[in-house]
Amino acid sequence: MTDTPALECEILLEERGVDLRLEVADGETVAVLGPNGAGKSTLLSTIAGTLRPDRGSARLGSETLFDVDTGGRGLWRQPHARGIALLAQDALLFPHLTVTENVAFGPRSRGVPRRAAREAARRWLDEVGAGEYAGRKPSQLSGGQAQRISVARALAAEPRLLLLDEPMAALDVTMVPSVRQMLRRVLADRTSVIVTHDVLDALLLADRVVVLEDGGVAEEGPTADVLARPRSTFGASIADVNLWPGTATKDGVRSTGGAEMHGAAHIAVDPGQPAIAAFAPRAVALYLEPPVGSPRNVLPARVRELEPRGATVRVRVDGPGGAEMSAEVTAGALAELGLVPGTEVFAVVKATEVTTYPA
Amino acid sequence: MRSPQYSGLPAWVYVPAVAGAAFVLLPLLALMARVDWSQFISLITSESSVAALRLSLITASISTVACLVLGVPMAIVLVRTRFAGQSVLRSLVLLPMVLPPVVGGIALLYTFGRRGLLGEHLEVLGIQIAFSTAAVVLAQTFVSLPFLVVSLEGTLRTAGQRYDIVAATLGAKPTTVLRRVTLPLVLPGLASGAILAFARALGEFGATITFAGSLQGVTRTLPLEIYLQREVDPDAAVALSLVLVVVAVLVIGLVRGSRGQM
Repeated sequence: MTDTPALECEILLEERGVDLRLEVADGETVAVLGPNGAGKSTLLSTIAGTLRPDRGSARLGSETLFDVDTGGRGLWRQPHARGIALLAQDALLFPHLTVTENVAFGPRSRGVPRRAAREAARRWLDEVGAGEYAGRKPSQLSGGQAQRISVARALAAEPRLLLLDEPMAALDVTMVPSVRQMLRRVLADRTSVIVTHDVLDALLLADRVVVLEDGGVAEEGPTADVLARPRSTFGASIADVNLWPGTATKDGVRSTGGAEMHGAAHIAVDPGQPAIAAFAPRAVALYLEPPVGSPRNVLPARVRELEPRGATVRVRVDGPGGAEMSAEVTAGALAELGLVPGTEVFAVVKATEVTTYPA
Repeated sequence: MRSPQYSGLPAWVYVPAVAGAAFVLLPLLALMARVDWSQFISLITSESSVAALRLSLITASISTVACLVLGVPMAIVLVRTRFAGQSVLRSLVLLPMVLPPVVGGIALLYTFGRRGLLGEHLEVLGIQIAFSTAAVVLAQTFVSLPFLVVSLEGTLRTAGQRYDIVAATLGAKPTTVLRRVTLPLVLPGLASGAILAFARALGEFGATITFAGSLQGVTRTLPLEIYLQREVDPDAAVALSLVLVVVAVLVIGLVRGSRGQM
C-alpha cells in the first residue's frame, strides 16, 4: 500500500500577495479552484519546493518540508528529497528518453536497479492504459497519450503527495473524459492536490474544494456543499453547472421525478446505480413550441426566475418531476421569446454536452 | 525546390550583398589558384609540416577538453543562478572574444611567465609554463573558452528549467538531473560550442606566439608554421593554408549539422 500522509502548510509571499493555509487529510484529494493570479500555482510551487516563501511551514505526515521565518531563513528540504511529484499542464516527457525510460526515471533516481525499474515502468504504463507506447519517443505521442505517460512517470516515483497543476488544460477536449477517468482511478485513496479551472474535475476527482481569491482562501468545504451553496464570487461562477441526480440508464440518468437525461456516458456507470448528469447552462436552449427535428433531450418546463448576467440572462426553469435547471439565453432571444416567470417552455439539452458520472 | 516567395527587397540590395559574398570567397579562390598541386602532398607531409599539424591537432584537442571542463560549469552557473555583479562578470569572462589575441598573450605571460603573478610561485616548485606546449594549450583555451560558454549559454536559456524541475520532483538529485536531463537536452548546443572552440584553438596565432613562442615540435602550431614558411617557402605556406581552409569548412559543416538536430 502506498504511503499517503496528510499535508498541512501555511505560506506567506508578500510580493505575490499570497497568504494562505491548506490542509489535506491522508488519502484525500483536494481541488484548488480560483481565478488567474489567485495564487494556485504559487501554492503548488511552494509545496513542491521550487519556490521559497517569505515565511511559512509545511509538514507531510511527520516530516517537515520547510519551516522558514521572515527573510526565508530556516529549514528547507530540497525538491528531490520531498517525495512530492508535480504534474503540469504539459506532459514534459524528457524528449531524449523513450516512454519506458521516462517512467523508469523516478525509480532509477531512487537507486532501483535498471531491470526492476523497467518492470515498474511497465506496470505503471499498464495502470494508465499506455502499455502499448512503451518503446516510443515522446515526439511520437499525442497530447493525451503523453499526459497519461506523465501520470505513470509521476506515480512510478512513488510520491507520498501528488500535485496536479491543471493537468487537462492543454489536452484536446475529446481526450479529457478518458484522462479524467484514469485520474479518478489513480487519485482514489492518494493524498493529492489538483489545481483546476473545470468544475467537473472538482466533482469527479476531489473530496474537498478550496477556492482561492486574491492570494487567500475564500471558501472551502466538501465539493458538493461548495457547489450547491457557493459563498465566494469565484465559487458561484464555477458552480454554474446543472446537476441532474438520479439513477443511471443505458446512456443517461433518470431523475427521481422520472424524466430522463441522455448523455455521452464518458464514465461507465452500471444501469440502476446512483448517478449524476452534469451540463452547462449554455447547453440548454429554450423554445415556446416543441422543436422540429428530433433532439434527444426535450423537457417541458416552466420559467421560475430570470437573472441578468451581463450580455446574457440566466433563466431558471422547473422541469418535470421537480427537476430544475438553468439556461443561458441572450437578451435578444429573451425579448423574442417574451419569457416571464410562469411561461411554459420546452428545454432542449444537447446530449453531447451532458456528462454522466457515478454519484 | 522552394516555391518562389515574395521577398519585398529593392533590387539594389543585391549589389552590395553579392559584392560581400565575392569579397569573402575570392581570396579563397585566389589561394586555391596558387596551390602547386603536383607538390601538394610532399609539401604538407614535410617533417616540419607534419610536426606542426600534429602539434596543432593535439593541443587544440586538449584545449577543447579544457574548455568543456571549465566552460560547461561556467555557462550553467551564469544561466541558472543570480548573484551580485553577475552581468559585469559575464562581460569580463567573454572579453577574450573581442580582445586582440596578442594582448591575451601578454596578459598570460604576466600571469604564468617566470616573473608572472602565478608563474613566480610555480617557478619555485620547478614548474615553467611559458614557451612550452602547456603554454600553447593555455593560450588556446584562453581565446576559445568564451565561444563554448556563449554557445552553451544560449542553448541553456532556450531549453529553460522546466524539465529539470520535473526531474527533481521525481526524486533525482542535482547531479543526476545535470547528467541525465540538463546536459542531454543541450547536447546540440554543447557539440556546436565544442566544435567552435576547437576551430578557434586550431587557428590561434597571436596569443600563442607571444606566450609560447615558435619552437618546432614544441610550440610551433600550424598557423605559426604557415607564417614562418611564407618567408622561406611560399608554396608550402599556401599548401598548409589550404589544409586549414578544409578544416574550417568541415567545422562549419559539423556545426550546422549539430544545430540542425535541434
